[in-house]
Amino acid sequence: MLSRVAERLYWSARYLERVENTARLVSVYDDLMFDLPKDIEVSWYNLIEILSGEEIFEQRYKVKDERNVVKFLLADDTNYNSMLSSLKMVRENIRTTRDVVPKETWELINELDLYAQQNIKQGINRSERHLFLNTIIEGCQKIIGLFAGAMSRDSGWQFLIMGRYLERADMGTRILDAAVSLMLQSEPEERIQLGQVTWSKVLKSQSAYLDYRRTVRTSINGAKAATFLMSDPCFPRTLAYCFGQIGESATKLPRADLITTKIDKILKFNYPITSSEDLDEGFHNHLNEIQIAIIEINQQITENWFQFRQGDAA
Amino acid sequence: MEKLTSQYQSSIFFDELIDDKGAPRPPAKQLLGYLDSLSEDELEKRRLTAEATIQEMGISFTVYTEEGNIDRAWPFDIVPRTIEASDWKIAEAGLKQRLKALNLFIDDLYHDQNVIKDGIIPEHIISKSKNFRPECVGISPAYGVWAHICGTDLVRDEHGDFYVLEDNLRVPSGVSYMLENRAITKRVLPELFENESILPVNSYTSQLFDTLAALSPRDIENPEIVVLTPGIYNSAYFEHAFLAQQMGAELVEGSDLFVDTDDCVYMKTIDGPERVDVIYRRIDDLFIDPEVFDPESVLGVAGLMRAWRSGNVALANAPGAGVADDKVVYAYVPDIIRYYLKEEPILKNVETFLCDDPEQRAYVLENLDKLVVKPANESGGYGMLVGPHSTKKEQALFAELITKNPRNYIAQPTLKLSTAPTLISKGVLEPRHLDLRPFILQAKDTYVTTGGLTRVAMKKGSLVVNSSQGGGSKDTWIVETKGQ
Repeated sequence: MLSRVAERLYWSARYLERVENTARLVSVYDDLMFDLPKDIEVSWYNLIEILSGEEIFEQRYKVKDERNVVKFLLADDTNYNSMLSSLKMVRENIRTTRDVVPKETWELINELDLYAQQNIKQGINRSERHLFLNTIIEGCQKIIGLFAGAMSRDSGWQFLIMGRYLERADMGTRILDAAVSLMLQSEPEERIQLGQVTWSKVLKSQSAYLDYRRTVRTSINGAKAATFLMSDPCFPRTLAYCFGQIGESATKLPRADLITTKIDKILKFNYPITSSEDLDEGFHNHLNEIQIAIIEINQQITENWFQFRQGDAA
Repeated sequence: MEKLTSQYQSSIFFDELIDDKGAPRPPAKQLLGYLDSLSEDELEKRRLTAEATIQEMGISFTVYTEEGNIDRAWPFDIVPRTIEASDWKIAEAGLKQRLKALNLFIDDLYHDQNVIKDGIIPEHIISKSKNFRPECVGISPAYGVWAHICGTDLVRDEHGDFYVLEDNLRVPSGVSYMLENRAITKRVLPELFENESILPVNSYTSQLFDTLAALSPRDIENPEIVVLTPGIYNSAYFEHAFLAQQMGAELVEGSDLFVDTDDCVYMKTIDGPERVDVIYRRIDDLFIDPEVFDPESVLGVAGLMRAWRSGNVALANAPGAGVADDKVVYAYVPDIIRYYLKEEPILKNVETFLCDDPEQRAYVLENLDKLVVKPANESGGYGMLVGPHSTKKEQALFAELITKNPRNYIAQPTLKLSTAPTLISKGVLEPRHLDLRPFILQAKDTYVTTGGLTRVAMKKGSLVVNSSQGGGSKDTWIVETKGQ
């Protein structure tokens, strides 16, 4: 397979996942705001921090309110990570790899892109936001379902998988980190109340609420929720699962050793969390290390399969 | 109900399907009989089937406009154009003869230039040609062939005789549409394929593959063949993707290839670099190698010319082949055939006035309102003046252009292009002008497509058939009528 084609598949999966995750994030934050007690102050601007978008946001907006934050995340074309920008990138990447993905992919992505553009106002105004974001998430899942049902498990597939799960692990760590900082910033007396609301929303943002209930079988608290989202081997949005998938796909491709070694190291390490007190600065640093590992894996994938130097062949 | 063809007003031109008494010509007899048996509604249904098929197959081409590039659905007329197989045989022989001579001519130009020394063609015509590439002098591609894939435009005059309008030796396009037109017609008029001897067209892609494989510098069983495209925004991208897919070859962009220190070309794959043997390049000469030609080009591959000169990779068509599709050189092709092959040309040239020659130029300038003026090196119907359809202002502009740069212009009489019945609205057939672009392949062997791409000027009275200028197309049937 041509490196360029592999690279475009990898990025179309990453951007598609980014679209879905952005929609999930805004949607769950919306929900969180409804359920928080009136006297607890949580800012929409946290979302910008979660996604490391402070610099671009501040160039563009003065007021850090809900409208500007949501506009920036969903619609802004100066933000290359916004939902609409990401959708455009999925479309451009699929456009040039149409012959290696199922035929209907192109139609589905056009449909989704068109829907998002035509209805973007619904996403920005609060009243219809939920329906809009849900339709976006469903649109993404339709495409992922199409891949699952109609795409050959050749090397192209492995690049889709690596792209999707690396992006998912990236967002997963960011959301965990955001929940932890929210807790650390709050007044100690608010923590129990805030903790219950926050951690159940975090689980819901990952569609993991019911699975957590079935698997963990206790009430929701920070330590247990974080452990589940880090290391449950079966649920498809946990960090352990994501890294497992990346490693498995890499082994099916040539020259994967550097990547699989790195993944094995991440998977073997178990960060001890016994009580909510453990979700502290140290845990924040641990999540930071995972973020760095994600960046390194991306670089390694690029070097391994997409980049060439003079003298490589002769 | 009145029959579809009985209201057809045949024109003063040669109509390919219906003779001047209103009777079907032999190869069109079954076709027209069948169309007459369909009701207006049924015919409309077939037209809609064709439209839906085109949408479904995603057949499109790109038009460049000021607002950006638009992907348009392929404009298609469901009434096929028919040609008698015995007539076609002669044209086919003529096309092979022509390409053979042209290749000998190109090879000569880049070696001893005997054709100039022997006074067949003036020296300055070549030295001033925009498409002569000094970088190619002395190189000997396999079999002495430079133009491996040629698209030659044919027209028929008022007597039905074939004439060559131009040869396209650089990156001719349209063959995928020829193949798709047949695929559409098989869905739209399936009944006719059962009873008629319509010769098939689908061997083209395997012939193309064999032609390209024969060029491989390495004597191996499975040479690596790639189609090099300028990318998604090129008007013929659909065709590049189509041909690559049909041949099972990789469709690559310039950035997918690199030339390493061993002067071999490699393709960047996830398994590492893979050696490339043959490049079917759909990028113009001037963009293929920034080291040698346009240094700004990002479409090409640095070092490609080095690899080609060292004989490590084959390029089809070879760089420099375009020197023979200059419209001034065109005027000399009959002499070129006589000179190299010692044969009389089988296919006629259209009478051509070279503005370079003072006497002929004077004639052209006096008759701009009657002639078609073409720039020597453009394709796609751009920059042309169609005299009888032009304004005084346009004529004045061309007079100025010609006087400024006479070498760059030729003129031809306005042709009485043949016509064929074309469905222009529900149940209405009207004559529209046509041309035909067959494709000729040459490497070790020579091959001509069965028929070719028929292009049709959809506007009443118009002679411009280019798809970028609002032309459409038809399926082309070479029909055997002997023994019926």
